[in-house]
Amino acid sequence: MNRDCMLKRLTILDFLAVDLQLYLDSHPDDENAITKYNSVVDEADGLRAQYEDLYGPLFSFRSYSKRDEFNWTDCPWPWENGFNFEIGGDE
Amino acid sequence: MWIYEKKMEFPVKIKKQDPALAKLIITQYGGPDGELGASLRYLSQRYSAVTPQSKAILNDIGTEELAHLEMIGSICHQLCRDIDPEEIKKAGFDSYYVDHGTGVYPSSASGVPFTAAVLQSKGDPVTDLYENMAAEQKARSTYEYLMQMTDDPDVLEPLRFLREREIVHFQRFGEALEGVWEYMDRKRQFIVQKPEGMKE
Repeated sequence: MNRDCMLKRLTILDFLAVDLQLYLDSHPDDENAITKYNSVVDEADGLRAQYEDLYGPLFSFRSYSKRDEFNWTDCPWPWENGFNFEIGGDE
Repeated sequence: MWIYEKKMEFPVKIKKQDPALAKLIITQYGGPDGELGASLRYLSQRYSAVTPQSKAILNDIGTEELAHLEMIGSICHQLCRDIDPEEIKKAGFDSYYVDHGTGVYPSSASGVPFTAAVLQSKGDPVTDLYENMAAEQKARSTYEYLMQMTDDPDVLEPLRFLREREIVHFQRFGEALEGVWEYMDRKRQFIVQKPEGMKE
């Protein structure tokens, strides 16, 4: 998986987690949703670790840095055009 | 506390500049029904929430709105990349440009700077949740109006995503309100208790 594919999959998983968590806030007894939530978080955790290994830290003050260089400052940042993957919005 | 994650909730990658469109979309950054106001509204209201569910919902939606603020800021930023003064004038972006350049500044589409006067934190869990349901609907309408202003799929996709989140949040606030009603019923309180020392 290249960086764009990885980032896309991670974005999908994290969005599922956001939405499921919000659903569970008002449906705390829905066991199916809890199972789904846990499996999404589990897959995202694994992928996040792989992504950070290859492309640098994702979290401010929670991720490890490379030994020889503090690479949190690496560009591009998420709001910059070069950061994101295409979502199929071709002209 | 909050942690920044160095990625977006939904990607923003815009190929075509359009400063005139940025001047409209900025309203969801700092306008009356924008994401900044939404986030501040919910994160401020959570202190007076009374049920575990409504505390979580206010906290979590208030947090998600910050990710939406980042998306809107990115759309405006990318729509104005490398534009020259000629284009700025032609696009009617000049009135924004003389105040802020191509910087992202929280204001409404008509140029009114962000104001907390657009939101309320009333210290009353029922009042607050009704306010929030209305706020989500107002934001949904704004996204629909904005979507009528462009055909660029790079802009439409994130706007469509944000519009859908307004609908989900409206639903969650409705469920939170239902929980608050139940809580009050259980306590045999059919009205919100008057504050201590309030005159009869």
